[in-house]
Amino acid sequence: MATAHSRTAARLMVSPAVILLFLWMIVPLGMTIYFSFLRYNLLQPGTSFAGFDNYYYFLTQAAFWDALWNTITLVVGVLIITVFGGIALALLLDQPMWGQGIVRVMVIAPFFVMPTVSALVWKNMFMNPVNGMFAHIAKALGLQPYDFLAHAPLASIILIVAWAWLPFSTLILLTALQSLDREQQEAAEMDGASWLSRFWYLTVPHLTRSITVVILIQTIFLLSVFAEILVTTNGGPGTASTNLPYLVYAQSLLSFDVGGGSAGGIAAVILANIVAFFLMRMIGKNLDA
Amino acid sequence: MARKTTQTRKAVVTTIAWIIGFLIFFPILWTILMSFKSEGDAIKAPLAMLSTPWTLESYGEVQARSNYLRFFMNSVIISLGSTILALVIAIPAAWSMAFVPGKRTKDLLMWMLSTKMMPAVGVLVPMYLMFRDFGLLDTRTGLVVILTLINLPIVVWMLYTYFKEIPGEILEAARMDGASLRSEILYVLTPMAVPGIASTMLLNIILAWNEAFWTLQLTTSDAAPLTQFIASYSSPEGLFYAKLSAASTMAIAPILILGWFSQKQLVRGLTFGAVK
Repeated sequence: MATAHSRTAARLMVSPAVILLFLWMIVPLGMTIYFSFLRYNLLQPGTSFAGFDNYYYFLTQAAFWDALWNTITLVVGVLIITVFGGIALALLLDQPMWGQGIVRVMVIAPFFVMPTVSALVWKNMFMNPVNGMFAHIAKALGLQPYDFLAHAPLASIILIVAWAWLPFSTLILLTALQSLDREQQEAAEMDGASWLSRFWYLTVPHLTRSITVVILIQTIFLLSVFAEILVTTNGGPGTASTNLPYLVYAQSLLSFDVGGGSAGGIAAVILANIVAFFLMRMIGKNLDA
Repeated sequence: MARKTTQTRKAVVTTIAWIIGFLIFFPILWTILMSFKSEGDAIKAPLAMLSTPWTLESYGEVQARSNYLRFFMNSVIISLGSTILALVIAIPAAWSMAFVPGKRTKDLLMWMLSTKMMPAVGVLVPMYLMFRDFGLLDTRTGLVVILTLINLPIVVWMLYTYFKEIPGEILEAARMDGASLRSEILYVLTPMAVPGIASTMLLNIILAWNEAFWTLQLTTSDAAPLTQFIASYSSPEGLFYAKLSAASTMAIAPILILGWFSQKQLVRGLTFGAVK
């Protein structure tokens, strides 16, 4: 069908996108790798070759292991809440009810709130130990108000991020549920299959692909959570809520250590690639089916 | 009898769903309500606060103090600019991948997806230094370029899935009738592709509007969009609840409204067409 002429034209039309993305991948990443081998501080003149020193110092500092652990906890914590919560919510919203459209709109809304707004609203108006909503509720119940961000900073950030991402998983799983074969469900019901076995043998297999997609896409975004940490805790207290992106930001743009920050950036890229490798295999299989 | 149980069931489901929906929406609702209170009333206990008088004074103060409109215009220019630029680059690419697929088209698409896997922080240092050296720090041009690049893979994927749905026979028929490549695109494809392009545009505007890594790192004041505007409330101004609420409401309102119109497209775009 395609002529040689149109094939050449097609190649020409793809090339700007490919070239731009290729440059975007290669040039800055190459520079990061290059900087990571330099002794390079913005406050000191000149640079010199540092070998693997930057990597050594970055990877052996206690802050790195804290950050790595926090990054993983944040991703896994948010994924657990949003995947299970998303399945439950999607099943609920799939039932016949009055005013479904309005409920749907309310559930989806948090996704459109920019990260800096959601983080600040939660921090000040809900988690603030003096005037926050939770403090008021605690006082009304005769309890001591709890300073969420000081005593459980990472858990609080997980809550904030999960609130923002729950709509996403709900929406995707709901869309998938709505394409479920109703006749198959009814046939199973007539044959006497219980709700649980219908859920387990018909609904769950049908949702697997969408759950894979949810995990893949959320992981991409969750590995680089930044704004929520910047405006709530600044990574603290200590390194209690510092994740890798925040640590790299602190090292390169707050301490002006370009070499060390670059080494950290490469560590983040490697982590993302390990995760991506498994996820792409998973999703690649699922997408073919 | 069966009729009655379904009605009861429906009532129960409705109640639970409304309660959960309300709880999830509550932080946004509360922010909007609080923005119409005076500063002194906003820190009162929740029930006491609701009965205090409503006022618009916080909105006036936010505009007077930090010039909301300038940040708003930056957000509009950056999100629209990067969306249009991404579309200009992505439409031809997606078109040719959908209608003249080669052996490598699938690999190419997967590779584009993989560029999204690179964490932004991995290229933060060189991007910052390049922006500094080219005088792009705190400029709208710089942000438009960055946001175009980071959203390009999603735009290509989304357009590709839409174009895929346009039946190829129509193109063949047009070719039979002697249509040139140019008129094929102009008179046959474009009209059928407009809805897909519009949805892609909508989703991309939302993503660009809410992007909060590069916009926070690469701007300080001149080109700062609303994400940065809100971040400036982090402390100690954040304790002025009414003003924070007014600023937040103004920052999210435009996109909340746009977003509600694009629920369906959202799923498709964010899953790279994998879930429709």
